[in-house]
Amino acid sequence: MARLDVGSQVIIQREHFGELLEALQKKSYKTIGPTLREKAIVYEEIESVNQLPVGWTEKQEKGKYRLVERSDGALFGYNVGPQSWKSYLSPPEVKLWSARKTENGFEVEEKSDEMPQYAFIGVRPCDLSAINILDRVFLDDEYQDNVYGERRKGLFIVAVNCTEAGNTCFCSSMGTGPRSREGYDLAITEIIDGVDHFFVTDVGTENGAAVLEEVTWEKAGDSAVEAAEERINEAADSMGRDLDTDRLRDLLFNNFEHPQWHDVAERCLSCANCTMVCPTCFCHTVEEVTDLEGDHAERWRIWDSCFTLGYSYIHGGSVRKSTLSRYRQWMTHKLASWHDQFGTSGCVGCGRCITWCPVGIDITEETAAIRKSGKVPEEKVDQPQP
Amino acid sequence: MDLEHNTLTKEQIEANPMLPRRFRIDKVTWETQETFTHELVPIDGADMFRFKPGQFNMIYVFGVGEIAISISGDPDDDSRLYHTTRVVGSVTRRKQNLVEGDILGIRGPFGNHWPVEKAVGKDVVVIAGGIGLAPLRPVIYYLLNHRDQYKRITLLYGTRSPDKILYSRQLKEWGARFDIDVSVTVDSADTDWQGHVGIVTKLIPKAVFDPNNTVAFVCGPEIMMRFTAMDLLKFDMPEDKIYVSMERNHKCGIGFCGHCQLGSYFICKDGPVFTYDKLKSYLSIKEV
Repeated sequence: MARLDVGSQVIIQREHFGELLEALQKKSYKTIGPTLREKAIVYEEIESVNQLPVGWTEKQEKGKYRLVERSDGALFGYNVGPQSWKSYLSPPEVKLWSARKTENGFEVEEKSDEMPQYAFIGVRPCDLSAINILDRVFLDDEYQDNVYGERRKGLFIVAVNCTEAGNTCFCSSMGTGPRSREGYDLAITEIIDGVDHFFVTDVGTENGAAVLEEVTWEKAGDSAVEAAEERINEAADSMGRDLDTDRLRDLLFNNFEHPQWHDVAERCLSCANCTMVCPTCFCHTVEEVTDLEGDHAERWRIWDSCFTLGYSYIHGGSVRKSTLSRYRQWMTHKLASWHDQFGTSGCVGCGRCITWCPVGIDITEETAAIRKSGKVPEEKVDQPQP
Repeated sequence: MDLEHNTLTKEQIEANPMLPRRFRIDKVTWETQETFTHELVPIDGADMFRFKPGQFNMIYVFGVGEIAISISGDPDDDSRLYHTTRVVGSVTRRKQNLVEGDILGIRGPFGNHWPVEKAVGKDVVVIAGGIGLAPLRPVIYYLLNHRDQYKRITLLYGTRSPDKILYSRQLKEWGARFDIDVSVTVDSADTDWQGHVGIVTKLIPKAVFDPNNTVAFVCGPEIMMRFTAMDLLKFDMPEDKIYVSMERNHKCGIGFCGHCQLGSYFICKDGPVFTYDKLKSYLSIKEV
């Protein structure tokens, strides 16, 4: 088939969708997509369409996540599970280097593993924004993070627009969804209408167009494109949550001593779940692992969380001892200081932190509570106000 | 065993800022009972790196881990790398037992610096508390190396007791010079001590400087820096001419691990040195 132009829209019928995976695998991509495991939808290596959660959806509430069967056989009939793509781009545990003991010290050995070339299948618009944010965190500065950079470099992204919003979703508020705007190679919108089942597919890059050369597609008619638009708009209108972002940074900086922090600290378990499931939380620690004989040492990079006591440890004790200070650090970083650091909010409105909080703390409610009684300063403040 | 051979090339290290260069401990000097200085030389054949006053390195001790330590040597002398360390945690406890000839890993230098260039033509007041003198020593070296570029230079140093005075021989040498005014005070002392007693801020009224044409470099515990800055403000020094240096947990040194955040700042890349006006709120909010 002829090479499509970037920006063009085509239709891939359900029965040909598997060809997309095959085409990617033929180009040596390791295809990572949603699949069922332990009663949740997680991202793992998938080889065929059958491994997708065909005919499943989830019900999400504060502190609750349940899989439910659906009757339409949708391939992407759910929103987001506990995992995000950061698991692949900045893995939970990565060996940085190792060292061997010598007479007076050590010698460093750098590993040189071949990096897998990933194709992510089914990246939600919120998560696509999260990857864009992680790009800014890890790649857009004086130093570049090799762990992220090596995995990000050859990444192929198949985004999937949302046609249904979850109960804890608020991507409309954060301006990140339910439509993918940029950063994908291909973006699909799944349409099921009676016996019709197809994917309206947007070509985002030359790479995307090249992959489609190996896939059976047909021209997208106006009605199909309109149907896709309509469903995405329906998703936008049915968001389970909303978050008022108007001058949110200044509101939070101006209310560092707001009583709501005490209120949420009474409920927060400081368990770090929110930071683990958050698609943009990037903090990690570096740990030393040694063998029993002490001849061999390894440096491992491991996810860390601002909710742990050790996170802020300096000699003499931790800076953030109280749960209040740790929750405040997390939320004000995500919604306020992130803007100063990376020119964007750190929140994409995926709702994972709400769903996976064991006590059901809801970032949109906490923010609203502060807005209700907290004052927004007249002018931009450059530091949190005591 | 060929110690001069490093398994890593210079290119590899430049391409991966998480990889350490190896340095040999050439000399260990105990400054106080709990504080020692390592003099280090590189063994990878590559150049000694240049650093600016106030920058820090991540120091790796085999089998234990890494810690951030400021560089305390002379920035104009790149034949040796100096680190003064106080024994406070697991890494420093192991580090204190290393001897001459042992190898350390070094990543750095990281962070911004005490802006000595902005103090040209001005009076300079350097105020240190405790181990805070270590990151300021490169400033004093620099100022004295380039003495004619500065007006009056004052060093005010406070520590807990006479036996905790860092670089005591050097302080005496500097004190004997006519081109720098050195005052040392201790919080408490026995009758053998003939110097000042009291907190370091008490030395400020005795210092001679023109508040409208002075740059102050302040380093010590946060509470000490806060009160020092507030006292300097009483002498009509502008907030943006008072520089302080912050300390936080560092795991990477290059802005990725997140641990060193203070509000909007990453101490490792936006700091550790800040003007007081950029920091004053942070210094007055608890657990920020």
